[in-house]
Amino acid sequence: MLEIKGLEVKLEEEDKQILKGVDLKIEPGMVHAIMGPNGSGKSTLSYVLSGRDGYEVTGGSATLEGNDLLDMEPEERAALGLFLAFQYPVEIPGVGNMTFLRTAVNAQRKARGEEELSAADFLKEVRAKAKSLKIDADMLKRPVNVGFSGGEKKRNEILQMAMLEPKMCILDETDSGLDVDAMKLVSEGVNALRSEGRSFLVITHYQRLLDHIKPDIVHIMADGRIVKSGGPELALEVENNGYADILAEVA
Amino acid sequence: MALAKLKSDTTEARLAGVTLPTGAAWANAARADAMARVREMGLPTKRDEYWKYTDPTTLTDAAAGKAALFHNDEAALFDAVDRVRVVFVDGVFDAEASDDLAAEGLEIERLADAMAADIHWAKDIYGVLEARGQKPVPRTLAALNTAMATDGVVIRATAKAAKPVNLIYLHRDETSDAVLHNLVKVEAGAEVTLLETGPAAARFSKLLEVDVADGGTFHHVRAQGRDHERRAVTHCFARIAAESTFKSFTLTFNGVLTRNECVLEIIGDDATAHVAGICVGDGKDFHHDDTVFITHDAVNCESRQVFKKVLRNGATGVFQGKILVKEGAQKTDGYQISQSLLLDDDSQFLAKPELEIYADDVACSHGSTSGAIDETALFYLRSRGVSHDDARNLLTLSFLAEALEEIADESLAEDLRDRLEGWLARHR
Repeated sequence: MLEIKGLEVKLEEEDKQILKGVDLKIEPGMVHAIMGPNGSGKSTLSYVLSGRDGYEVTGGSATLEGNDLLDMEPEERAALGLFLAFQYPVEIPGVGNMTFLRTAVNAQRKARGEEELSAADFLKEVRAKAKSLKIDADMLKRPVNVGFSGGEKKRNEILQMAMLEPKMCILDETDSGLDVDAMKLVSEGVNALRSEGRSFLVITHYQRLLDHIKPDIVHIMADGRIVKSGGPELALEVENNGYADILAEVA
Repeated sequence: MALAKLKSDTTEARLAGVTLPTGAAWANAARADAMARVREMGLPTKRDEYWKYTDPTTLTDAAAGKAALFHNDEAALFDAVDRVRVVFVDGVFDAEASDDLAAEGLEIERLADAMAADIHWAKDIYGVLEARGQKPVPRTLAALNTAMATDGVVIRATAKAAKPVNLIYLHRDETSDAVLHNLVKVEAGAEVTLLETGPAAARFSKLLEVDVADGGTFHHVRAQGRDHERRAVTHCFARIAAESTFKSFTLTFNGVLTRNECVLEIIGDDATAHVAGICVGDGKDFHHDDTVFITHDAVNCESRQVFKKVLRNGATGVFQGKILVKEGAQKTDGYQISQSLLLDDDSQFLAKPELEIYADDVACSHGSTSGAIDETALFYLRSRGVSHDDARNLLTLSFLAEALEEIADESLAEDLRDRLEGWLARHR
């Protein structure tokens, strides 16, 4: 599904290398988690994969089902099936959540040469999916993320994911700012989307999210590299001992 | 050249050959008084304080410039609204194209008919509100309009009007120089909505005087036409009495020069006065100026000014907005925001917010910003698959939303929003 080889990235505006050769391969249907201390490059990896400005790729490659991601515009990557759930979803006053969802869904369908979803079909689908995420009609009508609580914003991200039906989902610290109940709800939303043809990359500081979204493989990232990979037990090790032990071990 | 001499030369050059129209005695007197005001105040020049950002020369020249007609295949604005259509072609009333000037709760007449009547309520408003609005800032082009205008409509709302009145200003002659003067009198407890649409003429001077009695409601929604080369100076003078509501919204597309002045005087307690506007301009020839002056002279009144401008490819936007709170106008709640979205480095927004407050128990706030499209929001939308241009347009509409929300009638707001979407889609 997603294959990253020797990815090196620096900031565009200053001479600061963030990623120093990341290798990662995610097979279809798999859930990978990346954990790591602050500043290790986790969020940068998610932004570079989704095409945010401000980063310069200085080496390596990233492909989605064999397509070179790094040369594409963000919207082209999205149409290809890449989705990033933001750590801080953006508020857009004056644009209704429903309008936004429909614009996005139809833009992607159009880019893939598919027919646009009719208003009725769209409405039916969005209502069903919103209901399972406990997103009420009022939240759908309100401007995108405006006045939403932290939990509501994250649920809204998962609703977008559910509507866009991407192949490769990247969750950037989706657990930040969530209480236990909200985390459960969001995780259930994610788990409902797990399928053979869909892969996940879950970026998090803490093991607790991984209690709910059970990963197949856990990677530890430090100083712009993946320094250790293993099974779910690696997350427990981090929870119990912190990063220091692991980092000392691989140093 | 000394300013006084420059102003009197400008004024006399404009007035050469102008003869005042005649009507009933009161009308003749109103026009003569207005002409005296023009001579006393002098026409504006670029050296006047309130014309520092906008060059009035093409508005004060004796001859109007040429403006090519703008052809488009869009349906007329507000086509789905049941309304009384009053059509003017290049500033001349077109009876054939207009509906019957009648609707329940309204009396509508041509200005010329009202000004020919020996006894008419228009006497207490025509040029009267304009004259009140000349201090402390002179608005000589408004006085000139009062002196010269022969056409327009006078509307009296005696109850809640059955439907809105739509003044439709068609532009057919590339060199037309139109002057229109409209009056609206909203009786106590009555309510009317006035719609104004269209470019009107190559050069257009339009004045609206609105007198809202106690408990009256006046809604005003205007869309100035898209003709690229047109010039317009418009004035709105309103007197707002106790417990009444005045709400005015203007959407401006294109035009080489537009100056919209709005002068509101709140004279009764517990009244509400909102004035809002959106302008969208593309190119260095676009110049749009909103100049607003709101006087609070009563207790517990609320005023809002919400102005948003989208400027690109070297367009210029100007906002001059003032709130004057007179002594004793306690519990005033005044809000003013003027913002521009600059879509490139060549466009500019010039803002002059002013507050002058002589009461000690008031809440007045003002803010003014210029900014570009938010890159984070742009990336957010694009990461969902929305194209760069569509994302930018969505964010532009998002920027404009606060101003559009000032329109109370949602279907009217929706019509204008559609027009904005169309404009944005064409200007990529």
